[in-house]
Amino acid sequence: MTMSEGDLAVAQLKFVRQTTLEQQPPPKSMTGAIGWLRENLISTPFNVVLTILIALFLLWLIPGIVKFLLIDAVWTGADRDACREIVQNRPIGACWPFAWERLSYFTYGSYPIPQRWRVDVFFAMLAIGVVWILSLKAPRRDLAAYYCFIVLPICSFILLSGFEAIGLPHVDTVLWGGVLVTIVVSAVGIVVSLPIGILLALGRKSDMPTVKLFSVLFIEFVRGVPLVTVLFMASVMLPLFVPEQYSPDKLLRALIGIAMFASAYMAEVVRAGLQAIPKGQFEGAMAVGLGYWQMMRLIILPQALKITIPNIVNTYIGLFKDTTLVFIVGIFDLLHTIEVSRLDPKWATPVTSTTGYAVAGIFYLVFCYAMSRYARATEARLAKSDRR
Amino acid sequence: MARDKRDAEEHCACPLRGILATHKSGAFTTHEWGCPMKKIASIIALAVVFGATSASAQTLKTVKDRGILNCGSNGSLAGFGLPDAQGKWAGLDVDFCRAVAAAVFGDDKKVKFVPLSAKDRFTALQSGEVDVLARNTTWTSSRDSQLGLNFVGVNYYDGQGFMVRTALKVKSALELGDASVCVQQGTTTELNLADYFRANKMKLKTVTFATSNEALKAYDTGRCDAYTTDASGLYSERLRVANAAEHIVLPEIISKEPLGPAVRHGDDQWFDVAKWTLNAMINAEELGITSANVAEMAKSDNPDIKRLLGTEGNFGEQLGLPKDWAFNIIKLVGNYGESFDRNVGSGSPLKIDRGLNKLWSKGGLQYAPPVR
Repeated sequence: MTMSEGDLAVAQLKFVRQTTLEQQPPPKSMTGAIGWLRENLISTPFNVVLTILIALFLLWLIPGIVKFLLIDAVWTGADRDACREIVQNRPIGACWPFAWERLSYFTYGSYPIPQRWRVDVFFAMLAIGVVWILSLKAPRRDLAAYYCFIVLPICSFILLSGFEAIGLPHVDTVLWGGVLVTIVVSAVGIVVSLPIGILLALGRKSDMPTVKLFSVLFIEFVRGVPLVTVLFMASVMLPLFVPEQYSPDKLLRALIGIAMFASAYMAEVVRAGLQAIPKGQFEGAMAVGLGYWQMMRLIILPQALKITIPNIVNTYIGLFKDTTLVFIVGIFDLLHTIEVSRLDPKWATPVTSTTGYAVAGIFYLVFCYAMSRYARATEARLAKSDRR
Repeated sequence: MARDKRDAEEHCACPLRGILATHKSGAFTTHEWGCPMKKIASIIALAVVFGATSASAQTLKTVKDRGILNCGSNGSLAGFGLPDAQGKWAGLDVDFCRAVAAAVFGDDKKVKFVPLSAKDRFTALQSGEVDVLARNTTWTSSRDSQLGLNFVGVNYYDGQGFMVRTALKVKSALELGDASVCVQQGTTTELNLADYFRANKMKLKTVTFATSNEALKAYDTGRCDAYTTDASGLYSERLRVANAAEHIVLPEIISKEPLGPAVRHGDDQWFDVAKWTLNAMINAEELGITSANVAEMAKSDNPDIKRLLGTEGNFGEQLGLPKDWAFNIIKLVGNYGESFDRNVGSGSPLKIDRGLNKLWSKGGLQYAPPVR
């Protein structure tokens, strides 16, 4: 047995380590808080400048907000005197007793007080529906869709609007207000816009000329007109054409306007997803003998919708905030109830308006952030297949 | 096809042509919408004219059949129409609608308040969406004649005024020569201001803002020396400045703004009902009848009181109303003075002086013809 050249070289070495070294921790400067700082905040000169600028911006912004909302805020009081600098002899921040006194008005609007339990039941039913359909661990999720899209709308309508036969007095929608209206308008917009948007997107890509023409006209017309105009037309013009007794309810008119609007935008979002699907997927689906609807349902839409989730949620968040526009046609959504409450002479102070708007800001921030977080989680879950 | 497109643009013969032509050619721009939209606009204008004239002349019957009064109201003006913390509407204009409901149904709660913006208030009345418009509307000749309204009277004599800092030591609006004035843009307020300064040969420096809220904030932080809006508004806005004691409202009123409820043209019976509801409230104050003593007053021997409260004569029936129409108004809503005090006067945070809105017998302008 002769030694190869390599073996010979090894044999001539004085020391050859037979076992692996024990693993050492990385250098201190690369781990922990310092390491994180070095890597993320001060890795390059440009990064250092950015970090300093952003820190200065936050230092300028946050103390003012905290001071106004918490430190200088007034927490108790019966009327405007509690929130006036001249009476209290101190700087005054947010006037929370005003928001507290008006909280039920912000929530229910002018909904008759003895009937407000109906709104509470509606909120509870909606919350159950949302949790059931959105949470992956919930039992019987197959029933959740029926609950959300059939049971819930019918029950909500009966509950909120009233049904004399079962002892629920009719409550005119003029009396609805606050969070109730904001939720109803955005829920209808969200629920209606996706299916109609998908149909319009498919219609726009369809080979049938009439379907295509209708879809294109609808989408381009609705997208080409500002939402404010649609709402104005619905609330000012419609009553002139239709006799008073047949004229649809003011809230219903706004709901239809918003649903149409959201559908047109959703159609374009979905179409973008359809465009992104490679032609091979369509051809493959047809090759295995699937019909149009089967192909769309089983192959194309699942992929198209998955890649458009960020855009769909973006549209939803935009829609949720756009619902505030109904206030210009005299519907009392949350922002409008705040808008009229800040005019109440009982609470007239320089900080009342700011406090009211802070309440609106917090409400919209919480809801929009929740939507965005859920969408991020869904994206991450569905993206697993792409990483394989 | 290119010819078609040009035709559509130039002559606009058929509203659809332009759309169809562009669709076929694939391009879809907003330009082609110009012509058809013009047509649509003229159709709508026609509809507005017909809508305005076709309103029914049976309002009282319609309201009675419906069982509820539709009242167009403001909803966002303190003292005139504003929901309170319980969501119940309150204000001077709101009280007028409650009074009409009390007169018609004997129940002041049978009112549906339809919040209207300054823009859509007249169409809402013309189209029949509301039966009465009580939304701090200034009575002017063009509104009375061109917009198809009938004003039933004046429930608040308003006018444009100025607020200044006491530190400025100005006693009259005529001394505002070189002062800068904060004002909301695009309102008659802005026009009145320019007229007034021009008429008095004073130099005007206006600082305009999109909303009254911004204008007030700017005045409060010292960007201008004076702030102007309707006098009724000045009182409520004065509550929102940092220190109300440092500001005064100047005595000059530079415009006439008689605010009153209105009904549609062409229904005299309903016009009478609304007009006499307001008159009944003013007469009640003059006769000393309040919501508290109305039951006692019904036993009075004073013939004026007996006629008003329906214990003598059939003046309610002449109007198409129950005999006790005025009794119900006063019992459920109160007389004019009570309503004024509760909503804008001494009993409210606004504390507006009665001023021109005092009864004629006390030096003001509120005067109602007698019931007889």
